[in-house]
Order: sequence, then structure tokens, then C-alpha cells
Amino acid sequence: MSCSASLRYADEPVILWRQATARGQPKFRNRHMRILVIEDDTETAGYIARGLKEHGHVVDQAADGKDGLFLALENDYDIIILDRMLPALDGLSVLKTLRSSGRRTPVIILSALGEVDDRVEGLKAGGDDYLVKPFAFSELLARIEALLRRGEMKPDTSVLKVADLELDRLTHTVKRAGKPIDLQPREYLILEFLMQHAGQIVTRTMLLENVWDYHFDPQTNIIDVHISRLRNKIDKDFAAPLLQTVRGAGYCLREPSRA
Amino acid sequence: MQHRLLRSFGFRLAFTYMVLFGASVLLLLGFIYWSTAATMSRQADATIAAEITGLAERYDIDGLAGLIDVINERLSRKPIGSSIYLLTTAINTPIAGNLNRWPSVPPDEEGWLNFRLENAGHDKDEIHLARARSFTLSGGFHLLVGRDIYELEETQRRIVRTLILGFVITLLLGGVGGVVLSRRVMKRLEAINTTSREIIDGDLSRRIPLQHSGDEFDALAENLNAMLDRIEELMEGVRRVSDSIAHDLRTPLARLRNRLELLRAEQENHAQDPTLVEQAISDADGLLKTFNALLRIARIETRQRSEAFCDVDMSALLHDVVELYEPLAEQKGQSLELLADAGVHMQGDRDLLFQAMANLLDNAIKYTPPEGHIRLGLEARGVTGLLTIADTGPGIPDTERQQVFQRFYRLEKSRTTPGSGLGLSLVEAVAKIHHMSLVLEDNQPGLKVLCEFPLSQPRTETTSALSKS
Repeated sequence: MSCSASLRYADEPVILWRQATARGQPKFRNRHMRILVIEDDTETAGYIARGLKEHGHVVDQAADGKDGLFLALENDYDIIILDRMLPALDGLSVLKTLRSSGRRTPVIILSALGEVDDRVEGLKAGGDDYLVKPFAFSELLARIEALLRRGEMKPDTSVLKVADLELDRLTHTVKRAGKPIDLQPREYLILEFLMQHAGQIVTRTMLLENVWDYHFDPQTNIIDVHISRLRNKIDKDFAAPLLQTVRGAGYCLREPSRA
Repeated sequence: MQHRLLRSFGFRLAFTYMVLFGASVLLLLGFIYWSTAATMSRQADATIAAEITGLAERYDIDGLAGLIDVINERLSRKPIGSSIYLLTTAINTPIAGNLNRWPSVPPDEEGWLNFRLENAGHDKDEIHLARARSFTLSGGFHLLVGRDIYELEETQRRIVRTLILGFVITLLLGGVGGVVLSRRVMKRLEAINTTSREIIDGDLSRRIPLQHSGDEFDALAENLNAMLDRIEELMEGVRRVSDSIAHDLRTPLARLRNRLELLRAEQENHAQDPTLVEQAISDADGLLKTFNALLRIARIETRQRSEAFCDVDMSALLHDVVELYEPLAEQKGQSLELLADAGVHMQGDRDLLFQAMANLLDNAIKYTPPEGHIRLGLEARGVTGLLTIADTGPGIPDTERQQVFQRFYRLEKSRTTPGSGLGLSLVEAVAKIHHMSLVLEDNQPGLKVLCEFPLSQPRTETTSALSKS
């Protein structure tokens, strides 16, 4: 998750996360989300709420499971951030009650438990994503955005397009500016995931979870090497770089800003 | 005090032993009595019955005179007092025999009667008991045939006395046996208790002494000792980890603190250096990473085996690991080679196994110089699978091969290569719950890691296809 200094590439387009979000370009265009944070640790809750408010969202907070469930049922939230261990009513019970009363609000579960079984249990209970504490705020933000955009995504789109980059999911071919690009199977999967989340920040953990399907913690920032390889293929010979590194957060594939 | 005695296992054992022993001996003695003394009485009765039948027959053949002759003849033959005969008229006037009058006790249904004899023995004061049977002959005569049962009773009494004495001795022996037996048991238990108390008092190096008799107590002691070894090992691990945490995490924390202090100073001077913040965050991330790895190892170590274990296709898994790390090796100009048998399966946790293999390969790439070779192999050998990761790096000196699995252990004391010193500890923890043996060898030059693990029979193809998806 950390942005280690051990791997850095000279030709890598780097943008700072704050710049990326402050410009307002990739994030929540014109939309202010209503977000409920159910978390009993005031420090963590405050940290999340402050960060979300800075990004222009409206945040409600609940310090225990009962209040949280009440608020979640009373109001219509765009997303709920739910701690797993809560006083009065634990997170999974809140989630199950919410789901059984027909609320489909996306829920990100926060937990201090990181084992695979815990994750599976959380997702089974109706969670949409699972984040292990401690986490970087950028990681949470990236996941919130990915969840919110999920609804806008058309899953049956056979051709994904970002600027002049095209990925055909039926023929498994990639072209940029009409020129075919030869990708390894894993590179293809990385690119497909990035293109599905075009304009959003995709963290290294998200890539590991979605492209590799192994829940593990690499000692080296191995993902950076894969991205660098992919970048060599899709960006190197073209004027405008599409695949950008967002420092301290992850990567972002998007149309280059005209500025 | 009395309650304590009653509660004592040794006392109860001895007591139970004595009661059981006594009861069985009593049963045995009863049988002996029945088969000796009682049989003697029955035999005496049978003799009398036979004799009386014989005399009655004699009367039927030879008449009264013949009967009297026989009685007299018998009386003269037998020693006085042992046999008793009496023949009377219908009104009990004696005709013949050695009894002066008909006994006054009434006979039972079968004609048996017990009465006292006077003047029977050699000692005039002795009163002997007699047992006889009466019979009424045709013509109204009464016949009584009996025995002086003094000798018989005396023998029976002697038998009973002997049996009682025997029983008492047996009880005493049983008591002594019970005490000796329970003493031995208690002594062994006490040895365990003493050792336990010493361990509770803080001397964890104490072990329960073995008798080397191979009995259950030895087995118990061996198990407890093995448990203590394990506890000591874990305690040692905990101590080492807390020491290491103190040593290894202090440095980055101090560095983080210094950066924050610098930042504060810069803020006061209204200077802005964004790299300072970046570095501070990076320091904090590094610390978090280390703590996460520590927690992870601890969780794996305390985990129960087979919890969430399923069939894992090691061939496919190793393939994925190599594919993940291949760009890194290429970047360093190393050759990465994989020679894997297909369809090598084992029972395990897919994510943990992937993590362990990734750590091993990560290390190999990290320590192998550019242009070096890394070779991975996977083969099935009967019921075990053998996984090898060999590199051409500097290797690990013989003396340090066991220590590298300790948490925070770093080969190079200067610690210039990035890393937490936890990678191999995690590999070891994963290997342990998978019953995987880890051996480090000299690859001449370089390091060769050999992992041996139990194979599972590959299940249906759908399983491996699922785990690949």
C-alpha cells in the first residue's frame, strides 16, 4: 500500500493525489454524495468524516450500531461506511438487517480483522467491499468512488474506450490510435480493470484483489513493475500518457487533460 | 484433615482396592466353607439315612430279634459314643441301643432331630450334640439312628476359625497392598505436582522426571514435558519478538519523530518542503507494514490447521507466483526458470501458500545479483511434493540457516537492503500449519530452499479450474 521509494521510473508521469482530486476532474463530477459513517472510534470517524467533507460530501456519523441502523433506514445514503466491531449492535448485524429490509445502499466494511475468512464473511453478509484497518484515506476514497461508479458502468459493453485506447472484450484485442498492441494475459487483465475504472484512482491493493485474485501482501511493490511494463506498451510510443501514477494512492487511467 | 484424607485419590484408591479385594476373598472363603463343612454335614446325614434304611430292611427280613442282634453287634464294633442306636416300643420303652431314653425334642418332617448327649465324651462335663433320624417300624417300634456330631462340629468350627483368620490376614494384606499401590501412584503424581509448582514459581526449564518404564505415567510425563517444551519455545519467541520490536521499531519511530519535528520547525519558519511530509507518511506506512506482518504471523501461528483448508493446485499457484514476479526478475536482468510437474495438489490455504511462495521468490530476486539465475522446481515424489527455489545469490552461511526464520533476523547487520526481516518468519509460520518442511541448502553458489509437503489426491478438474478463476 505504501509508496516505497525503492522503485521509481524516470519516464513515469506522476501526479499528486491532492492535485488529482483538487482539480475535481476524476472525482464525483458535480455530485455531492451523502455518506453515513458508522464507527465507534471517534478518532477514526473524525478522520474519515473530515476527509470526505474536504471532498465536498455530506457526512452523517453514528457511534454505535443501533444509531447507525436507525440513520441508515431513515435516510437515503449514497454509501455507508460501516465498522465491523460496534457497541450495541455489531456491524454484520447492522448490515444483515439493512439488507433484509431491502436497502441496497453500497456498504464498505471496515475491520481490524484481515484474514480471508473474515473478508468472505463480511462480503457474504451483504458488504460491497472490505477494508482492513489501518488504511490510507486515499484507499478508502478510491474504493468509495469505485463503488459509486459501479452503478454507472455498463457491464455488457464489449469495447472499452479511453481517449484513443480501445480494448475489445470479445476478441481480447487492444488498440491505440488504431495500432494493435500485443499484451500478455495478465497485462490485459490489468488494463481491462483500469479501463473499467477509467478516470478513477485504482489502488495497488484493488489491483491485487481484482486482477490476481490472491489476498496477499507483496514485500516489494511488484504491481509497479507490472504497471511500468503495461505503460511501456500503451504509452511509450504515443504523445499523451494515459496511465498515470497518483502518488501515495495508486494509478489512474484517463484522458490527458487539455491544459 | 479428615476430609482431606477422604478426598485424597490415594486413600480412595487404597480403600476401594481393599473393599474389592475383601469382598472377593469373602466370596471365595464362603465357597470353600460350603464345599467342605457343609458337605461334611450332608455326608453324615446321608450315612445315617442309609444305615436306617438298612436296619429297617433287616427288621423286615429277620424280625425284631434280628434287628436287636445287628444293633448290638454294631455297638460292640464301633467306639462308644460315635454311633447312636435306640430301639423302643410304641410307648418309647427302650429295647436295645446305647441311648437310655428317647430324646424329648420333636423330630422335623423327615424325622431328623438334634439333641444333647450327656456322659458321651471322656470328660464328664462335656456336652456333645447328636444328630439322629427316627423311623417307625411296622409293629409300632421306634428306631433311632444317629451320630455324635461333636467331632464334626469341632472340625467345622476349626474350618470357620481358619477361614476367618484367613480373611483377616487377607484384609490386612489387601490394606497394605492398597497403601503400597496408592503410595506408588501418589509418588508419581507428586513428582508431577512438584515440578508443576516449580514451573509456576517461574522456573520454566524444569521437566518432570521419567522412570523409563514406558508406562502410562511416563507417557503422561513425556506429553507434559513436550507441552512444556512447546510453551518454552513460544515464550522464547514472544520474548524475542518483544525485544526485536523494541530494537527494530524504535529506529523508524525515532526517524518519524525527527521528521515531524523538522516539519514543525519549518512551519514556524513558514517554509514548505512537501518531501518531508511524504517521507513521514512513508515512514509511518513502513511501520504499519511491519506491525501488520507481525500480527499476521501471530494469527497464522495461533490458527488451527485445516481451518478453511481446501485443495490447492500447487502447480497453478507456483505458475501464478512466477508470472507475478517475472517482470521484476527481468528488470534486474535475472533469468527466472520454472520446472513444475502438472497437477501437484495439497490441502492448504491458497492465499497463505501464495504469500509464502511470493516471499521466497521475492527474497531470491532481491538477493541475487543482476544476471543471476533463479530456478524453481516442483515435483511429486510418491506421497510428498517437493518444491525448490534455488538462486545464485550470496546464500546463507551454515551457522545462520536456522536463525533466518526468527522474526526481525537480518543477515546483513547493516540492514541496507530494504526489508523487515519478517518475510521468512511468515514463510515458516505458513509452512508449519501446512506440515511443510523447510530446509535451506547451499546451492554452490547461492541458496536453495527445499519445501517438502504432503500431497493430496487431485480432485475433480472443476476444483482446480475454480481455484484458477
